[in-house]
Amino acid sequence: MDIKDIVKEENLVYKKTPLMTNNVLSYCPGCGHGTAHRIVMEVLEELGAQAETIGVAPVGCSVLAYEFMNIDMIQAAHGRAPAVATGIKRCYPDKYVFTYQGDGDLAAIGTAETIHACNRGENFTIIFINNGIYGMTGGQMAPTTLKGMKTSTSPYGRDLGSMGNPLKITELVAQLPGTYFVTRQAVHTPAAVRKTKKAVRKAFDLQKENKGLCFIEIVSNCNSGWKMSPVKANQWMVENMFPFYPMGDVKVDGQLVIKG
Amino acid sequence: MAKVQGAIVVDIERCKGCEVCVPACPTQVIELAKEVNGKGYHFAYMANPEACIGCANCAIVCPDGVISVYKVKQSA
Repeated sequence: MDIKDIVKEENLVYKKTPLMTNNVLSYCPGCGHGTAHRIVMEVLEELGAQAETIGVAPVGCSVLAYEFMNIDMIQAAHGRAPAVATGIKRCYPDKYVFTYQGDGDLAAIGTAETIHACNRGENFTIIFINNGIYGMTGGQMAPTTLKGMKTSTSPYGRDLGSMGNPLKITELVAQLPGTYFVTRQAVHTPAAVRKTKKAVRKAFDLQKENKGLCFIEIVSNCNSGWKMSPVKANQWMVENMFPFYPMGDVKVDGQLVIKG
Repeated sequence: MAKVQGAIVVDIERCKGCEVCVPACPTQVIELAKEVNGKGYHFAYMANPEACIGCANCAIVCPDGVISVYKVKQSA
């Protein structure tokens, strides 16, 4: 069968959602940010909530998220996205509100805002992209950088004695009473992307039911910061990031998941 | 048995040649082209179009969302 006979409007199975704009993404080739953006937008398309959603963009690689997500967005000061989202959600309790933050934004400068928003149980969704590095500024060490991981500010590997331990902020916020659904996912394979999409859908559904804060960590790659090709970076992520940041739900329906 | 035949269309100018779609394809349809696009990236293309089953795995993992997937069922 000729390709021209297959490529017809009625045979279409999948294409980029119209909730992503046609601007070319500013991310490096192979970066998980693009996939994460698209998943969130696909969920909003399923919910029919394009006009009912307000997103908060962070500082970091995804600072220009408002250029790519075709919804109402605001860009917050570094780390302050949960505080801005709190204000928006309290003014517009019927809208879907989410923040989209990286690890330098959420787990470093924004730790206070994140923890207090989670503790207050504010009714919005946090999408947290963890790649263990400050990608935008040139690959410096972040709080989430793994032990022994080489970055431009820890060229001999992260030394726990002088540089401290990597921070598992997802487990930390799961301990707080305000969070209702806390999970850790990834976007490196089709199966992982589908699972992440389900988690995002669940988080937005729970937000509609006013259940409390939903926190989704997406472990992602930073191939240019890690100095690897995109495919190698994904392999490295599976081998090194996943043992320390295990996949799966951390808190479901307000109850911690006990892993045995 | 009805045979499923798929096809992908890659937006060549937006493709960044990251190669993430290549291992995601279960039937090894996709390869990177020898030619480059306007930005100098080796873009993805269907090297083995007969094997495509239209599963959309490549499109789902594509960070830039440049792949559209089409599928038809052929009754033999």
